[in-house]
Amino acid sequence: MLSIIIGILEQGFIFGIMALGVYISYSILDFPDLSVDGTFPLGAAVSAAMITAGVNPWLALLLSVIAGGIAGAITGILNVKLKITDLLSGILMMTALYSVNYRIAGSPNIFFMGEKTIFTSFSQFIPKLPDVYSRLILIVLIAIAAKLALDWYLKTKSGFLLRSVGSNEGLVITLAQNPGRVKIIGLAVANALVALAGAVNCQRFTQFDVSSGVGTIVMGLAAVIIGTTVFKKVKFLRVTTGVFFGMIIYKTCITIAINSGLNASDMNLVITVLFVLTLVLNTFINKNKKAKGAAANAVIK
Amino acid sequence: MLSLSNIHKTFNPGTPDEKTLFTDFNLNINKNEFVAMVGSNGSGKTTILNVITGGIPVDDGTVMLDGINLTKMADYKRSKRIARVFQDPSAGTCPTMTIFENMSIADNKGKIYGLGHGLNAKRKYFYQSQLEVLGMGLENRLNTPVHSLSGGQRQALALIMATMTTPDLLLLDEHTAALDPKSSDIVMHLTNEIVHQKNITTLMVTHNLRHAIEYGTRSIMMHEGNIVLDISGSKRADYTIDDYLKIFNEISIECGN
Ligand SMILES: Nc1ncnc2c1ncn2[C@@H]1O[C@H](COP(=O)(O)OP(=O)(O)OP(=O)(O)O)[C@@H](O)[C@H]1O
Ligand SMILES: [Mg+2]
Repeated sequence: MLSIIIGILEQGFIFGIMALGVYISYSILDFPDLSVDGTFPLGAAVSAAMITAGVNPWLALLLSVIAGGIAGAITGILNVKLKITDLLSGILMMTALYSVNYRIAGSPNIFFMGEKTIFTSFSQFIPKLPDVYSRLILIVLIAIAAKLALDWYLKTKSGFLLRSVGSNEGLVITLAQNPGRVKIIGLAVANALVALAGAVNCQRFTQFDVSSGVGTIVMGLAAVIIGTTVFKKVKFLRVTTGVFFGMIIYKTCITIAINSGLNASDMNLVITVLFVLTLVLNTFINKNKKAKGAAANAVIK
Repeated sequence: MLSLSNIHKTFNPGTPDEKTLFTDFNLNINKNEFVAMVGSNGSGKTTILNVITGGIPVDDGTVMLDGINLTKMADYKRSKRIARVFQDPSAGTCPTMTIFENMSIADNKGKIYGLGHGLNAKRKYFYQSQLEVLGMGLENRLNTPVHSLSGGQRQALALIMATMTTPDLLLLDEHTAALDPKSSDIVMHLTNEIVHQKNITTLMVTHNLRHAIEYGTRSIMMHEGNIVLDISGSKRADYTIDDYLKIFNEISIECGN
């Protein structure tokens, strides 16, 4: 039981980092970015290739993040410079990345059990602690660092521009800033976070699988929707915290579904069904809110 | 200072919706002029502003600002010297950000939007004093997200944001139309003060004839993509609301209405 809970937490925090990226593209930029399904395994491919080549695992992690950022920027360039629609830009990038990831890894999957990873390097600092805990601690630390970095960025001047480009591009233009550039930067940051999640996941399980990205965007969206609607009520919680709770809830549901006798290959169906349920719940909550709002207005009148 | 020469513009050419608005349109505005532009709905006032800011491309003609040819320049680059308040009250502010955040972002125009702190805490009291003039109580709501403000409040905020850093040219598109009569007068008065204090060349579109007469140094009336009246100086001083209305009516009769 305890190992199941730890597994859920690990997955929740790793994929929560990915959901932070989806929060940027989907919520802040209003850009449904499907390249996420390719940048998650991109992060994994870069890490796996680097580690098997003997590169320091932390450096491998950094390179994964940079690769994700570049891929995100290219999605942005397809949309902004070449005027391809946002949805199609993401699909094209996702498709291209399948081949790119294969190239980087050199094969459809890599196993590198026993190689040095960020987890083996971290557990050396606290040798007394069992690996299960030290792994979880490291994952949580990386997740917190990613969340705080994003919180900080969104409060900078550059972050302010990012927030305004999604809700009012015209304002960015009147401020004499190039909205296309802001979008490209935003998508780069978003996919850098997604690739970070992919890299941490790959180093955690010491394996890379070229098709491991399928369904990433759906999970990310579900967590963002749960994080923004369900946890909106809780005032002191930021959305960037909410998405982690959202992802943990989501991963719990998946785990329950899989453990109740479904095959691992049923995963994508489970992910999809859960996502639809999330959407239904979301409209239900919003409707309730509107009804309440109307009631309040009636009282005022 | 600003000159539009030989502007041609046809919307949706080659389709059933084809509409030719400007054929050889010309307009020159001198430095420090404060132009009040009136005209019927659909006469092309907003489109003129869009042509100046680069929001829509022209088919032919040139847009010059202080001897610089803007015709091919990207819209956001033109904004370095031009500020604008839109006809749509939600266009001039970012709804998901607070009043404080909106004012800070506007205050930074012309500088780099880097990794420094976005909120300009040093200028908080200055922002509050600016809002206080509006008499809308916004000075006590700095941390309110702008989407929860009314259209009129947003428009007033948009004016303050647009003039936070001094532009060379200010474009106002019915910026008081969304306001109640009292706020409308307050904002119009404030506009006049800002324009004079900062010596900003201004083109203001309005449907409020009283404002068009009371404020500004030159009046222009538009009709179907043409300037039908352009007066300034003593001739303008003699014009009354009735005179404007008379021209309005004459135009309508010519059109057979
Ligand atoms: N992007 C566009 N596509 C097609 N037609 C347009 C476009 N922009 C403006 N028009 C047309 O050009 C004409 C002038 O529009 P414009 O918005 O400039 O009028 P206006 O003088 O600002 O009117 P109002 O007083 O109602 O704001 C209208 O007939 C309008 O339908
Ligand atoms: Mg108009």
